[in-house]
Amino acid sequence: MVKSLSFAGLIAAGLVAAAPLSAHAEGKSLTMCWAAWDPANALVELDKDFTKATGIEMKHEFVPWTSYADHFINLLNSRSAECDLIIGDSQWIGGAAENKWYVKLNDFFEKNKISMDSFLPATVVGYAEWPKDTPNYWGLPAMADAVGWTYRKDWFAKPDLRAEFKAKYNRELEPPKTWDELIEVSKFFTGKEIDGKKVYGSYIFTERGSEGITMGVTNAMYNYGFDYMDAKKPYHMEGIVNSAGAAKGMDVYKELFDCCQPKGLTNAYMQEGLDAFKSGEVAMQMNWYAFFPGLAKDPQVGGDKIGFFKNPAGPTGQFTQLGGQGLSVVAASKDVDDALLYVKWFAQADVQQKWTDLGGASASKAVLMSDAYKKSAPYAPSFVESMGMVKDFWAEPLYVPLLLDMQNRVHDYVVANKGTSQQALDALVKDWKKVFKQEGKDPS
Amino acid sequence: MSGMDTITPLAPGTSTRSPPPRVRRISGLSDRAVVWLFIAPTMFLLLAINIFPLIWAIRLSFTGFMANLPRPLGFIGIDNYVDILTDEDIWTNFQVTAHFVFWTIVLQVLIGLALALLINQKFRGHSFWTTVILLPMMLSPAVVGNFWTLLLQPQIGPFNYFIGFFTGAAPSSFTMIGSVSLAPWTIVMVNTWMWTPYVMLICLAGLRSIPEYIYEAAEVDRASSLRQFWSITLPMVTPFLMLAVLFQAIQSFEMFDLVNLLTSGGPGSTTELVSITLKRAAFEKWQTGYASALAVILFVTVFGAANIYVKLLNKVKQQ
Repeated sequence: MVKSLSFAGLIAAGLVAAAPLSAHAEGKSLTMCWAAWDPANALVELDKDFTKATGIEMKHEFVPWTSYADHFINLLNSRSAECDLIIGDSQWIGGAAENKWYVKLNDFFEKNKISMDSFLPATVVGYAEWPKDTPNYWGLPAMADAVGWTYRKDWFAKPDLRAEFKAKYNRELEPPKTWDELIEVSKFFTGKEIDGKKVYGSYIFTERGSEGITMGVTNAMYNYGFDYMDAKKPYHMEGIVNSAGAAKGMDVYKELFDCCQPKGLTNAYMQEGLDAFKSGEVAMQMNWYAFFPGLAKDPQVGGDKIGFFKNPAGPTGQFTQLGGQGLSVVAASKDVDDALLYVKWFAQADVQQKWTDLGGASASKAVLMSDAYKKSAPYAPSFVESMGMVKDFWAEPLYVPLLLDMQNRVHDYVVANKGTSQQALDALVKDWKKVFKQEGKDPS
Repeated sequence: MSGMDTITPLAPGTSTRSPPPRVRRISGLSDRAVVWLFIAPTMFLLLAINIFPLIWAIRLSFTGFMANLPRPLGFIGIDNYVDILTDEDIWTNFQVTAHFVFWTIVLQVLIGLALALLINQKFRGHSFWTTVILLPMMLSPAVVGNFWTLLLQPQIGPFNYFIGFFTGAAPSSFTMIGSVSLAPWTIVMVNTWMWTPYVMLICLAGLRSIPEYIYEAAEVDRASSLRQFWSITLPMVTPFLMLAVLFQAIQSFEMFDLVNLLTSGGPGSTTELVSITLKRAAFEKWQTGYASALAVILFVTVFGAANIYVKLLNKVKQQ
């Protein structure tokens, strides 16, 4: 009740704040493009407020993740006006900026007093800036996301399992804090019969075709010393990408795959992980935080049965893979002004709050760093911490070949047992050098 | 007075003129022009759909063009060809493709011929079983791919339960499409399941074309069934079998949809056929120039092999 009252208050406040926006004529419409998943439904709800405030109808084009990048990158590249606004993946930003697919937003932000300081720094770098770490903005952080973990809290609480674990490892059975612990706990659960079913320790990403295994393995590799390039020498990768630490991180991921991944999940990504967890097949699951609101409410495994933890640490640090997207205005749109009006509306503090309340994930500091948010859901505290330790994949214009090269090399080693991790990373450096040379950048 | 005398003479100038062809009467075009008129649409379509893209692809294969980026073509000579032919991974993919094509054909021919011999007999329920055997090839590869993915799922798929029932292995203890050693055989198995009926049909046509009197003569000579098979059936069906091999070799070489749905080329690259590599280069990495060069190499390989094979087939036919 309190929540619904506050919703009503927020809507009212939103309408008041948006009063100057409502001067726009009716009969206009904007098309918002994004991926088809749970948060997109929340956006449809949210956008009703925009229509109320401005009279501009919102249409939505949501495409499944499997064809999301192909579909929209083709549209952008062909200068199609099908989308007026797009919530585009963080990796697209380089290509979108250099090829002028998006409208540059610096002047607009300045004119409308939209400050990037009000968003989490990692999301600004990830979803808005190109070149990275420069104040050139091509998007507004829209959907904050990162890789996190879920675990079966009810299984971890079983006295017999806790006693057995303590006897074996001389510590309590708790959510793992390091990758070593993660492997230990995963091995402990693998093969156990729980609730009449033989279970596996953990689920990790292994998908080969698009981005899955890369978005998974980096969570181990970052924490063992992997980076994309020498911070002092841009695009220099030798000894960084294929460092001994990076290879060790890859070995750790492979060990987890070999010991504890359910059989058959050798080409599996988000949905397969959700299925494995919901069906009680795994004790722990790697997945994107964007799915956690749904899991927390799941009738089978949600509520008291589920717990959440951030990506475990490694010997060189604790990082996690950045996900999420920024909101951008498509340069080829015939309604750029209205689209900018939407960005202005979306950036408002109360809209950001409602966006999160509906099931989206605002990147606004005011929303995420508030005590109310941290107490709002069981996954919220670890999500906030995770957003402070994210790293992202390349966002170069040629990010697709870079990504697919990594997909191949990692899958070949982790799933298909081809060669060693060091050989895989050496080959990856060779592949990436070739791509950068093609892009006219010096990788030497 | 002869009968001729009774014929009334025609008006002057009309008796010597033969009736003009109907087309010429309608359009005033020459025979040659009419021929061109009829074949021109086909020629145009052939040029537009086959020849022009081929020439365009050859041109692109000498460039670093990327279709998803607004950049000029950028002529790079034979770099793409050198890259492909010196890339160990591509050679591995060719080996994977060769394994797939070879075993698919061997199994399809053996099983297809056996089924054709069976169906060629008269027995009760003949039509029903013929229809059942033909069903797989009538399905869409997309349906077959998804259907077998479910069947082969280790936790819930019946295939593992079936194998487990006979071997005693726990159904979820092994995975067909996720195993490095089993996945290459799994794609062979599914493709064989789908396309063996096609080979069977061709073999059946061959069997039905053998005149009955040859077998009757063999019977008179007291030739055993095995002898009849080796000396009559097999030689006379061989041209049909060779035709089936040609069709299926080309079909298997360009196989994409079924394997992509089953394994996406994985685990690792163990089932990555060259057609999947080509698709990934062309439509995922958007390396259009590189993909064009690979397509040209594939075209030359298939075209060359098919030509040699057709010559061989003609020789067999003459014998």
